[in-house]
Amino acid sequence: FSLSENAESAELQRLIAVEQQKAQFQAQVHNFTDVCWDKCVDKPSSKLDSRTEICLVSCVERFIDTTLTITNRFTQMVQKGAH
Amino acid sequence: QEGFGSDFSSGASSGKMDTGTIMEQVKVQIAVANAQELLQRMTDKCFKKCIGKPGSTLDNSEQKCIAMCMDRYMDAWNTVSRAYNSRLQRERARI
Repeated sequence: FSLSENAESAELQRLIAVEQQKAQFQAQVHNFTDVCWDKCVDKPSSKLDSRTEICLVSCVERFIDTTLTITNRFTQMVQKGAH
Repeated sequence: QEGFGSDFSSGASSGKMDTGTIMEQVKVQIAVANAQELLQRMTDKCFKKCIGKPGSTLDNSEQKCIAMCMDRYMDAWNTVSRAYNSRLQRERARI
């Protein structure tokens, strides 16, 4: 590989990593929307009312909090030697 | 530009594909996958919300429900996207 080919390859890797990160974000949004739609949306209406909007936002926040809680507690359990 | 399913091999055989062309194809393929995911989940949710006992066709009320459901699902998706992005910003600010 020439010097310029190495640089181009590194740049390509960096750009792809950026796109992968964006794609991961999108994938998470799909997951959250799936779960939170069931929790928050009752009947499809002509507009998302503010109650539903607030529920969706809270749902995302609490889901992330739940993930963190579970991760932390599980880590503690493993460190204490539990299975 | 070729179809969504094109791979990178045509560039490799002729010597070199430039970064720009490769990234264009990467972005298109990611966008297509994203749209497919959206449609799949939307179909699942809206079928559940709008179709009770499946009849011999989709009647008018079912059609209307599906259209509204699609719009609401996309609204919900956008709301969730903003909420998730906000949370990420907040978490990054703490580090």
